[in-house]
Amino acid sequence: MERSATSPSALTGAARGNGDAVFAAIVRFSAALILLGLGGMVAVMAWGARGAFARFGPGFMFDKAWNPVTQHFGAAAPMFGTVITALLAILLAVPLAFGIAVWLTEIASARIAGIIGTLIQLLAAVPSIIFGMWGFAVLVPFMAHYVEPLASHTLGRVPGIGTLFRGAPYGTGFLTGGMILAVMITPFICAVMRDVFLSIPAVLKESAYGLGMTRWEVVRRIILPWSRSSVVGGVMLGLGRALGETMAITFVIGNANHIGWSLFSPGNTIASLIALEFPESAVGSLKFSSLMAAGFLLMLISLGTLVCSRLLLRTKATGR
Amino acid sequence: MTTHTITPAAQAAPCSGTRWQGNGVSDIRRRMVDRVATALCWAATVLVLLMLFSILFVLVRNGVGGLRWVTFVHVTLPPGQAGGLANAIVGSLIQTGLAVLIGAPVGLLVGIYLAEFTATDGKLINFVRFVSDLLLSAPSILVGLFIYMIVVVPSGHFSGLAGALALSMLVVPVVVRTTEDMLRLVPLAMREAAIALGAPRWRMILFVCLRAAREGVATGILLALARVSGETAPLLFTSLGNMNWSIAPGKPMASLPVTIYQYAGAAYADWTALAWTGALLITAGILMINITVRLGLGRNRK
Repeated sequence: MERSATSPSALTGAARGNGDAVFAAIVRFSAALILLGLGGMVAVMAWGARGAFARFGPGFMFDKAWNPVTQHFGAAAPMFGTVITALLAILLAVPLAFGIAVWLTEIASARIAGIIGTLIQLLAAVPSIIFGMWGFAVLVPFMAHYVEPLASHTLGRVPGIGTLFRGAPYGTGFLTGGMILAVMITPFICAVMRDVFLSIPAVLKESAYGLGMTRWEVVRRIILPWSRSSVVGGVMLGLGRALGETMAITFVIGNANHIGWSLFSPGNTIASLIALEFPESAVGSLKFSSLMAAGFLLMLISLGTLVCSRLLLRTKATGR
Repeated sequence: MTTHTITPAAQAAPCSGTRWQGNGVSDIRRRMVDRVATALCWAATVLVLLMLFSILFVLVRNGVGGLRWVTFVHVTLPPGQAGGLANAIVGSLIQTGLAVLIGAPVGLLVGIYLAEFTATDGKLINFVRFVSDLLLSAPSILVGLFIYMIVVVPSGHFSGLAGALALSMLVVPVVVRTTEDMLRLVPLAMREAAIALGAPRWRMILFVCLRAAREGVATGILLALARVSGETAPLLFTSLGNMNWSIAPGKPMASLPVTIYQYAGAAYADWTALAWTGALLITAGILMINITVRLGLGRNRK
């Protein structure tokens, strides 16, 4: 240990070096466990997926079929659903999270902001299966009876984007899934935004207010440029969460292996496909292997997103 | 910071008090934009709070009817037979307890590694922290698949222990995070004092630093407990669920989230009612842990 040589304990270090070495070994072993955990996950997924990749090749990613009868599997539909619902969630959650973060840091008084901020963070603690049940009991009927008929009668008639809003109002589907995910990830994005907004030196904001800027102009011209990369990092973090979410989505996505441009149509995501089909597939079967392959793809997509997010958040933290 | 240059429009804007009161068209427009933005921020906050209250309201409305004695003493039974959730509640307690017992020590040690070993292995530490952060947000269903492949398949059967292992993989990164943060808050003077008294480094870390940071570390462990006690996806393929009374960790074990998942989609009214009661129980427990932790933290900061 190079370090103990320079520290005061070096005086009696010879007798104690042993305990320190043992402790360091234990601690390093635990750190290695973490690396093994993530590395193992990727490796085991890849190992389990080898059958499917050997049979279908890279075309697995672009194949829409999922047919256990003909033993033909492809991940295109659940991948499409995963990406679409996550993007919808981001589209809905970012304005919400931004509005709340601005409200908490710029509009509300410190005490009120403390209470409301805690309530918003409690939403992040609610388990995802509860969101699923709530979505199924509240959001799905609401969408089926009000939002979807209304949207298809108005937005559905607009040329171009109309395709997105046509279709039978089942209530379940991509849009409902995206909305549930949006509610779930808003607190995460909001927490990141709030932290960076609070880290802005007060003098910057004060001088801007002093020059006669309105609150919105301060947010737009001072706060946003200062916090841009962290905000993007927070959004990516939310995206990563949305991509891997299982239980909430399973309740409201409709579970149809289907690609379509209507936001109302039922679909599927990789995570809910695994949750539903995995119990019915035997170890070693082609279906099992295909599910592992889908899981491997999900792993790659969400790890990629999370790596981007961490890099963006880290540059800001060190650059400050 | 070069990004904070004020735009020409803002520079041209009148700065003196009297001119500011002037009713130029652009001034009105700027104020209108500000008002609208402020209103939208209020709307966003109110909307999300409404969602929270809607969730809590629905949980209480549908779940409170099942808060009867039988729910806590009877095990899950076929529909129509006045079953309860006793096996699920006990199974959840065992599995989350085991998960914390396995995950918290590892998380603590890794947190110590990240906070205290920067001088010797700096680069590696950044990498370990990065991986731990990735694990924090990795899809939890894939954690379930992983444990299925390395524990359930080789051992040949589902088990509560496998479920606990899957959950412990989610405990570790949460504990790592808080432990590192809390250890970094321990003042240097305390470390120097311990070393100056002749304590070896490991005693200094365990009995001085960790002791000083114990409240924060305990908070992290509690938050990890709260997080995993609602997790469903990692348990689906590991502990599977069990309709009967089972407290042996080597056998399939029931848990509240999995029972909720199985019952919520059922066509029997008494099963869905039990699912809601279970959901209410688990949410109330998790929110109570979170509120306690936050109140505790708030008190310490003052």
